[in-house]
Formats: sequence, structure tokens, C-alpha cells
Amino acid sequence: MEAEQVESRAAEFLEYLEAGGLVEAHDWMPDEYRARLRKFVEMHANSELMGVLPERDWILRAPTLQRKLALTAKIQDEVGHAQLLYRVVADLGKPRSACLDDLLAGRSKFHNVFHYPTRTWGDVGVIAWLVDAAAIVSQKALLKCSYAPYARIMKKICWEESFHILHGRDVVLALVTGTPAQFELVQEALDRWWGPLLQFHGTPIPASEDPMVRWRIKSQGNEAARQEFLDGYVPQILELGLELHDPKLRRNDEGVWEYTEPDWEELKAVVSGHGPASQERLDFRRRSRAEIEWIGRTVLAEAA
Amino acid sequence: MSENATDTVFEVFRQERKGQPFQHAGSVLAPDLRFAEIYAREQYGRRQESSALWLVRRDAIDELSDFPDEFDLKYRRVDGYSIKARLKEARERAGTQPS
Repeated sequence: MEAEQVESRAAEFLEYLEAGGLVEAHDWMPDEYRARLRKFVEMHANSELMGVLPERDWILRAPTLQRKLALTAKIQDEVGHAQLLYRVVADLGKPRSACLDDLLAGRSKFHNVFHYPTRTWGDVGVIAWLVDAAAIVSQKALLKCSYAPYARIMKKICWEESFHILHGRDVVLALVTGTPAQFELVQEALDRWWGPLLQFHGTPIPASEDPMVRWRIKSQGNEAARQEFLDGYVPQILELGLELHDPKLRRNDEGVWEYTEPDWEELKAVVSGHGPASQERLDFRRRSRAEIEWIGRTVLAEAA
Repeated sequence: MSENATDTVFEVFRQERKGQPFQHAGSVLAPDLRFAEIYAREQYGRRQESSALWLVRRDAIDELSDFPDEFDLKYRRVDGYSIKARLKEARERAGTQPS
């Protein structure tokens, strides 16, 4: 196609999206759309895969058998999400093995919250409740994604995430209704997680300037997502008697949440592999990929 | 979780309850049908959310997506029948009122 033709076709495509049009895997799409979409879904898939590692650390240390089983089930869900999302990426032209190569070589990213260590059982509750809550705000907005195969998968993912939030809230409630030491576990974890949680939805780039919003890959700007998270969860945190140590945090008269500017430099450093647990987590994945390589070979030999 | 050269994509269709239509749910990548069944069962059935699954090799699917209607065959659709004026006339002739 001539460059001019491509341009007019891209303009048509954008118009189609603006009118609410949906795109399927075999439809023509501009290179920029495909590239941005693929990178976004790939990062989502990486995050699901890496996101189980902080929780995996606690399977053996979970306080009861019931908690151990629930945590294992949640981890299975998240790995399942990664599998589904890597399928979406593969149909956009990048096979799963290439995604894993890039992830392990540090060439692609995963979400900031999965670069931090989990120090106590309080972390497990805060992650399952609040990290998943922040994630579900973004994920719900993705149900309206212009790329239909992704939006369809998000339906199943959101459905499973709703269990996870409940599981996390249940863990937190058990601790805040326990001994003062147990209450303190949650408060201490919350103090450490609040910064990363506020960074989670990204810098407040205006939706009108966000190419991801223009292509309708995302239907919500970063700040709108953060506001929705704060609106939904700050009251739920405070009603348990927990404290949020941000002197600027308040809902103003216009109903907008104000807060201390998150550390965007930290966010940038962390997602590019310089978080406190980034390399340890990647090392774990590198090791396990090498260790289970024989399983793939055996399976393949048997299936052939 | 790495794919192999011989891996095949299986499309998964899910029936939520008996009697309901099967709807496309997603796909799994597997070396053969046996593994595809295990993956599909884990992905789409472990919470009893499905009453049945269909697994179909992607390359067995033949998709048609163009349905031209050059002659605008309206008589096949409800919008091909505009009965309002005629109904009015028929009622006037019969001297009846709309029920």
C-alpha cells in the first residue's frame, strides 16, 4: 500500500474506533495500534505471571490450611490469566516464548507493585485486597477495549479477580479483628504499600493526550482510574480503623481526591527493573524456566 | 510455558448451562488434544462455570464474514413490511377502531 493510502486507511480506522467500532484479530489495523496494543497486553501478561511470585512466598507460611488453599487457588488463577493474555499477544504476532525471552532479559516490563518484597502475612492481605482492587479498576475499564479478543478475555479475568478481592478483604478483616499485633501487621504493610498503590495507575497524563485512550485500548485516563480507586477504597480502609499517613489526602468540595504527589521517579526506576525485589523475582523465573525445560521436551516427545 | 514448534491452537467454546448455546471463550495452545483438554478444563471449567466445552483445532474453522445484499432483499426482513397505512385504510373501510 502507498503511504498515502495507509494514512487515509488509518484515519478511517480511527473514525471507526471513535464511533465505538470493535477490532478482531484478522482485521486490518494500523501498525501503531498493533504495536501499542501488543506492548500493553504483553505487559499485562507479564504482570500476571510475575505477580504470583510475591504471593507464592507465602503458600508454605500461610497461617491455616484454608488460607493455604485459597492462596494457591488465587495463584493458579493469575497464572491462568497470563496464559490467556499471552494467547492474545501471540495472535497479534508475538509468540509466548519471545515474550518470556524479553521478560527474562529485562527488555519488557511488568507492573510496579510486583517489584516489592512481601515481608509479612499482612502484605498478603494488603496485596490481595488493595493491589487487586487497584488492578480491577483498570481491568474493568478494559472490558470496553476496542480490541475485542482482549475485552472478551477481560470478562473472565474480572470475574476471577472479584474472588481475589474478597479473599484479601477477608484476610485483612481477620487480622484487624485479631490481637493488637495482628492489627499492626496490616497497618505496617499498608504504610509500605500505599506509595506503590498511588503510583499504580501511572502519571496523570491527560486522557485527551493519551494515545492509549485515543485508540480506545484504554477507556479511562490514568488519573480517572486513581480517583475511582481512592473513591472506592479509602473509606473502606478508614472504617477499619486503619490510618493512611498522607497529610494531604482528602476529598475536596468538588469530590476530587487530593494527595501528596507520588514519587514518579521511583515508579520509573522500579518498572525498569530497579525495584527492591525486581532482580530476585526475575532470577527465580530464569531458574524455573531452565529447570522445567525438560518437561516441555518430554511432553513434546510423547505427543509427537 | 514455552510453546513448541508443533503446538496447535485449539479454540474453546463454552456452554454455561445445559440447553444454552456454545459461545467462544478463548483458546489454548497445546501439543495435542489430550493436553488441550487438560488446559481447557483448568481454564474454563474448574469453578463449575461450564456445563460443556467444545475444543476445535483453529485450522479446522472456516470463517465467512461477508454477506452482501446487493439487491436489498427487504422482503426477507421485518423492515420490508410497512403495514401502517394499509392497516389504517382497512380499519376505515371496516369502520373499526384500533384495539
